[in-house]
Amino acid sequence: MRFNRRTVLATGAAALTAPMVHAAGHGKPRVVVIGGGAGGATAARYIAKDSDGAIDVTLIEPTRKYYTCFFSNLYIGGFKEIDEIGHTYGKLASDYGINVIHDWAVGIDRDAKTVRLTGGQDIPYDRLVVSPGIDFVEGSVPGWDLSAQNTMPHAYKGGSQTQLLRAQIEAMPEGGRFIMVAPPNPYRCPPGPYERVSMVAWQLSRNNPTAKILVVDPKESFSKQALFEEGWQTHYGGMVERIGPDFGGQNVSVDAAAMTVDVDGSIEEGDVINVIPAMKAGQIAQDAGLTEGNWAPVNPTDMTSKMDENIHVLGDATSQGDMPKSGFSANSQAKVASNAIRGALTDARVFPAKYANTCWSLIAENDGVKVGATYEPTDEKIAKVDGFVSQTGEDAALRKATYEESEGWYAGITSDMFG
Amino acid sequence: MRRAALFVCAAAAGLAQAAAAQTLGDAEAGAARFDQCAGCHVIGPDAENGIGPHLNDLFGRPAASVAGFRYSRAFQRAGAKGLEWHADTLSAFLENPRQIVPGTRMSFRGIADAQERADLIAYLRDFSASPADIPEADPTAQPTDHDLDPAILAIQGDPEYGEYLSGECTSCHSREGSDDGIPSIVFWPEDDFVVAMHAYKAGLRKHPVMEMIAGRLNDEEIAALAAYFADPDG
Repeated sequence: MRFNRRTVLATGAAALTAPMVHAAGHGKPRVVVIGGGAGGATAARYIAKDSDGAIDVTLIEPTRKYYTCFFSNLYIGGFKEIDEIGHTYGKLASDYGINVIHDWAVGIDRDAKTVRLTGGQDIPYDRLVVSPGIDFVEGSVPGWDLSAQNTMPHAYKGGSQTQLLRAQIEAMPEGGRFIMVAPPNPYRCPPGPYERVSMVAWQLSRNNPTAKILVVDPKESFSKQALFEEGWQTHYGGMVERIGPDFGGQNVSVDAAAMTVDVDGSIEEGDVINVIPAMKAGQIAQDAGLTEGNWAPVNPTDMTSKMDENIHVLGDATSQGDMPKSGFSANSQAKVASNAIRGALTDARVFPAKYANTCWSLIAENDGVKVGATYEPTDEKIAKVDGFVSQTGEDAALRKATYEESEGWYAGITSDMFG
Repeated sequence: MRRAALFVCAAAAGLAQAAAAQTLGDAEAGAARFDQCAGCHVIGPDAENGIGPHLNDLFGRPAASVAGFRYSRAFQRAGAKGLEWHADTLSAFLENPRQIVPGTRMSFRGIADAQERADLIAYLRDFSASPADIPEADPTAQPTDHDLDPAILAIQGDPEYGEYLSGECTSCHSREGSDDGIPSIVFWPEDDFVVAMHAYKAGLRKHPVMEMIAGRLNDEEIAALAAYFADPDG
């Protein structure tokens, strides 16, 4: 049994005679991770890898094959096939000794420090990582709820929804219309809806060039706006129309049976209607009382929940300050949390938190752009330090290199997550 | 491992040292030098084997390994013994081909001038798949000109801190050393790593992500990363 050096120092002799709770009832300290995405898979892997077996790691993830939400727009555009964005958890189990449980975590007993599975089994933890991603805010787009998702897909969680949306676009009648209801801030992947518009436009401009795209948007402005608008003009002139809040983009309801969108009283018909509702932290974070409003607030130095010092919340589900909700951010946060967890449960050294994010988007074939920033913890939040964004008017070689870089990043981050 | 192999090779051949490969090359000048090779070797899109093998993707490949080319026994032996083409091995070979691969059919007396060899190697390098702005990355490894304070180069990095910091790098760069779209950063000589990161930090080397990431790393952190990535399995 190894002791946390800082705990021993802080509590002096008491710690020596009454070792930490996890030492009393069982052997190794136990970490349970809920959610096998960019936050959870990375955290599980780093804790297991860097503790060399000193910590028992359990990962709870319902799907056996995880389809990344990042790069799913490239699947919609036809640049990737579905298998290229699907990943399994085999290596996390075989190479890192992580106990991977394919089941839903349905509840957290924070007093008993256990996680309940659908079968009723309780998994005990010393530290818990909650990385559940997002769920949708009910009623945010009147007329749409989850029962409408097979007619009007959100395609904002990777997998079958992404496949459905691509199939619908491919089956659109000639000269048909694609409508996107864009989400209000804050939401997962800020450039995501607009990269999607680009990829849908790419598909349509090749296979259905008289088709039109309407974006109904409650936001005044959006991520990489100048870059996207320049690209839409250059590559898809006249195909994309966007209605912002000044013209009713914030007053929208849908009728899934009629396949219409009501934009401030004006009824718009669509052949494919992609509704991306307002978002909130994944349900389990809400149920466990880790949220305040729609999101789970965390401490900027180590991603611990502000509601529970034994729980770290990662990724899209958190409110932490300036970092965008992205796979890159979740992956970055996971490493800070992993180091903090190893420091708390073993005698591992704890290093200062550093965070970073970069989001690449594809506008058309070989036309890649990116935005990124570095972040550091301050007293009240994770604060932006420095950043950059691609420029309008960049030459084709640079845009192509940026796209190739994004492919390299995809390979890098997925191997960082899944081993 | 390959450096050791070269060293044995070079020592056996009685060459002064691989220090000759330390010269910086100019690819444009090298393009003109390629005239003396072009009678036998083709390079560029659609290049095929001629009297000599084509020279695309030369860097990092074992000697005598181009499919469909009939190599001399001498070259087959050199390849089997582990000779690989990197900036340093190429420089030694081009200086005196018959000393490095005795019995080669390549009838070329060699290039005595280190600068001329470096120029030619810089040109050949343009036809190997490797990110263009990362001269230090193996297999095309070439040192760059720098005036970094020796005191910064002398800092002993803490590899354990480097391992923690490396998490930020491996969001993009493969820990296994793949260089598809994003350069490999593993097994670099520590000095080269430190020089490259400080070049990004100072804005001498351009890349928005790298300038940003390097920009907030201090000298100790850069040294720590260099120490870790020099031997990530160690």
